[in-house]
Amino acid sequence: MAKHDVRITVNGEPREAAVESRLLLVHWLRDVLRLTGTHIGCDTTHCGACTVLLDGEPVKSCTVLAVQADGREVATVEGLEQDGTLHPLQEGFQQEHGLQCGFCTPGMLMTGRALLEGNSDPSEAEIRQAISGNLCRCTGYVNIVKSIEHAAAKLRQESA
Amino acid sequence: MAPQTTPEVCGMGHSMKRKEDPRFIRGQGNYVDDIQLPGMLYLDIVRSPFAHARIKSIARENALKVPGVLAVITGETLEQYNLHWMPTLMSDTQMVLPTEKVMYQAQEVAAVVATDRYAAADGVEAVEVDYDPLPVVVDPFKALEPDAPVLRTDKEDKKDNHIFHWEVGDRAATQSALAGADVVVKQDLYIPRIHVASIETCGCVADFDRVMGKLKVYMTTQAPHAIRTVLALVAGHVGLSEEKIQVISPDIGGGFGGKVPVYPGYVLAIAASVVVGKPVKWVEDRMENLQADSFARDYHLKAELGATKDGTLTALKIKTVADHGYTDAAANPSKFPAGLFSIVTGSYDLKHAFAEVDGVYTNKPPGGIAYRCSFRVTEAVHTIERLTDIMAHELKMDPADLRLKNFVPADKFPYKSVLGWEYDSGNYHGALRKAMERIGYAELRREQADKRERGELMGIGISSFTEIVGAGPSRQFDILGLKMFDSCEIRVHPTGKATARFGTKSQGQGHETTYAQVLAEELGIPAAHIEIEEGDTDTAPYGLGTYASRSTPTAGAAGAMAARKVRDKAKKIAAYLLEASEDDLEWTPGTFSVKGAPQKSKTIQEIAFAAYTNHPPGMEGGLEAVSYYDPPNLTFPFGSYICVVDIDRGTGEVKIRRFVAVDDCGNIINPMIVDGQIHGGLTMGMAPALLEEISYDENGNISGGSFMDYLVPTAMETPRWETDKTVTPSPHHPQGAKGVGESATVGAPPAIVNAVVDALAHLGVRHIDIPITPEKVWRILKDKGAGL
Repeated sequence: MAKHDVRITVNGEPREAAVESRLLLVHWLRDVLRLTGTHIGCDTTHCGACTVLLDGEPVKSCTVLAVQADGREVATVEGLEQDGTLHPLQEGFQQEHGLQCGFCTPGMLMTGRALLEGNSDPSEAEIRQAISGNLCRCTGYVNIVKSIEHAAAKLRQESA
Repeated sequence: MAPQTTPEVCGMGHSMKRKEDPRFIRGQGNYVDDIQLPGMLYLDIVRSPFAHARIKSIARENALKVPGVLAVITGETLEQYNLHWMPTLMSDTQMVLPTEKVMYQAQEVAAVVATDRYAAADGVEAVEVDYDPLPVVVDPFKALEPDAPVLRTDKEDKKDNHIFHWEVGDRAATQSALAGADVVVKQDLYIPRIHVASIETCGCVADFDRVMGKLKVYMTTQAPHAIRTVLALVAGHVGLSEEKIQVISPDIGGGFGGKVPVYPGYVLAIAASVVVGKPVKWVEDRMENLQADSFARDYHLKAELGATKDGTLTALKIKTVADHGYTDAAANPSKFPAGLFSIVTGSYDLKHAFAEVDGVYTNKPPGGIAYRCSFRVTEAVHTIERLTDIMAHELKMDPADLRLKNFVPADKFPYKSVLGWEYDSGNYHGALRKAMERIGYAELRREQADKRERGELMGIGISSFTEIVGAGPSRQFDILGLKMFDSCEIRVHPTGKATARFGTKSQGQGHETTYAQVLAEELGIPAAHIEIEEGDTDTAPYGLGTYASRSTPTAGAAGAMAARKVRDKAKKIAAYLLEASEDDLEWTPGTFSVKGAPQKSKTIQEIAFAAYTNHPPGMEGGLEAVSYYDPPNLTFPFGSYICVVDIDRGTGEVKIRRFVAVDDCGNIINPMIVDGQIHGGLTMGMAPALLEEISYDENGNISGGSFMDYLVPTAMETPRWETDKTVTPSPHHPQGAKGVGESATVGAPPAIVNAVVDALAHLGVRHIDIPITPEKVWRILKDKGAGL
């Protein structure tokens, strides 16, 4: 099968690889780069466990080919913590009990990050709308909403 | 109950932040599909497009030509090793791979082993299977008809599709009580087939070391020890020996009952690894998960409830047909083919009851497992809570009043139910009154009356459930003969820190945190200094695993008992160090001191150090203990839920405006985690009430087989749950705790359905089967001329 040379920046680090045409971005991240924080929960782009940011936009990486990310920037959960400091979202999820089994959490965090980068003070309805493509079977979403609100408040405080 | 320990010690009652979170929020969890071993191969599965068909031939040649494909395994391959069938937990039999015919759509037909997951998928596409379709039996009632095709032709003496008959209670007395009742309501209910759909699907990595003969299996399992024993029993004849089998259940992405059974994929990966001598990974995709893994529920019920005209409930009779698919692969305790359905008298002091269940084979996937509930308790609670509401309607009584009139009173506990259970504790009136007050019940009824005048549709629904969890006492409870105790082993290290291992396995419940708190409560060692391990059969003591809300009632209790053994020894060491008599010592969390001389004291940390450096002559060194806890009874959590719905007359959409859940799970280990469990349980209760169903057409084709049409709730449908508590400690659990993980899944559906029916009651609606989709409501509104 044909291979393509790609250059993809992952969490700020430039990567070069030769990938098969059909290789999914999520498999490249997980199986090749061994960034296993991005999970796979369905085959139909519904569950959002595989959500990463592609040039800042949340995408389901199970429905993106690795070649489609050529020349672009990918952000995964592994890049959230900076210099030993947790991202406010990570802190929010821990403080507000926004996770249980942890499987949907990386996708929720990345969706939350994209939301907060465009909206520093989202309403509950806006948060629910934003995460409506990310399924969680454990928490009932109440504490996920609180976790994102926690992070939003902290980010506003930091930028004030 | 106020915490007895300081925030530093963080015993019971503290909302300690979870110890497992630091890895999960960084994407550093270790789930099965994250495991990548050197030389690892991938296994993928060919599945049947037919629900019932004879296999004429399987051609593997083209698959073997696919680059990277190493082997194609069929039923004939496995038959050489006598591994083509395996036992189910209910002592039925299930195909690993078929040699003659397939029995449901998506059944495993062959397996392909390849060097990577894409090559394995290519191989699956290239396997050619020739089928000869057979008549399909989908409807369990038709399956019971005399001329129905017999499905289990593999069983020589089997002449029909009936699996089992189970009954409980006094049939004659119940019939006579119903005949004498002033009012009898009858209702048919269908509780449809659903799927737990944990966000992580099932899978394993099997790693067989040919030189040492050791099999290591990383597996999505809720019960690693039981799985190890089953593997040894099933595959002993091909050389797998229990001391050389290590089952590791790493981080698990949700279980809810779906990760209790042994699926053919696990067996195939293990068999492939043993044959090839390399690690083999199998991870199912979502469609395989929904279409082939064990389902839950699928109960067709006929229920009758009798009462006096002043509203005293007198008798309950239920007849059930249970669709088990092509094999009985439920995950019930062995003596309970219908699980704990006999909790069906619920929270009410009924004098007469009789229930029977008949299990039936159909051309559907096997199962009958839980969906976040303790063995058919949801089916039971749904039935009694619906019937109670229907009775209230019939008697023109407020459903709250009817419940308050019939609850088992608090002073009657322990209460022996007419169907044979001894409820350990309860205060049902307290929970319902608290829920009514919290939601403003009387005011809501007034609002409803006003809205009804204006033609608006608003309903209020109550569910006052009693659960039965924590299986269980070994005199009644076993799985394949394995008694359902559970275990804890504690090692207190010289510096006063501890490691403890348990026979259960968390799938998100937070055991690493709550078990540490259980031990901190008993030992006074800070929970932060207690490391909890589970899920590795080489290191953890034997236990039956985590499901049916049993971890706190069984393993949590074992933790408390093991800690008390540690404390008993610590007391002897303290007496030696303080040169005092044991009788003169008193315990405050973390310290033994001499009565009347508190300055003479030793902390648990000082005692731990002495256990290794200065222990009393004649005493063994070290500070460790193990407990295998066999609970004397189950625990009976309960609660009252009230739901308020508004219905859109144009679309039929049901909107949950408010939902108040008052739960009683006895003494609480971690309030934050309990609330999280309730939130999640409520959402998994709303799901089947309004959204989820797996159904089949007459040819056995599934609908609901992917997330395209199996509607797991998103944040948009899920309301902001409101929770509250009452506390009625379990009298027999060492810490007074009860299981809580499933209460809300069990209690929520009837509250929602009762609210919807209540909103439509004035139109003559008495019952709606779940899921209550907008279409169902829209059709009702149209029929009744009440739509827009």
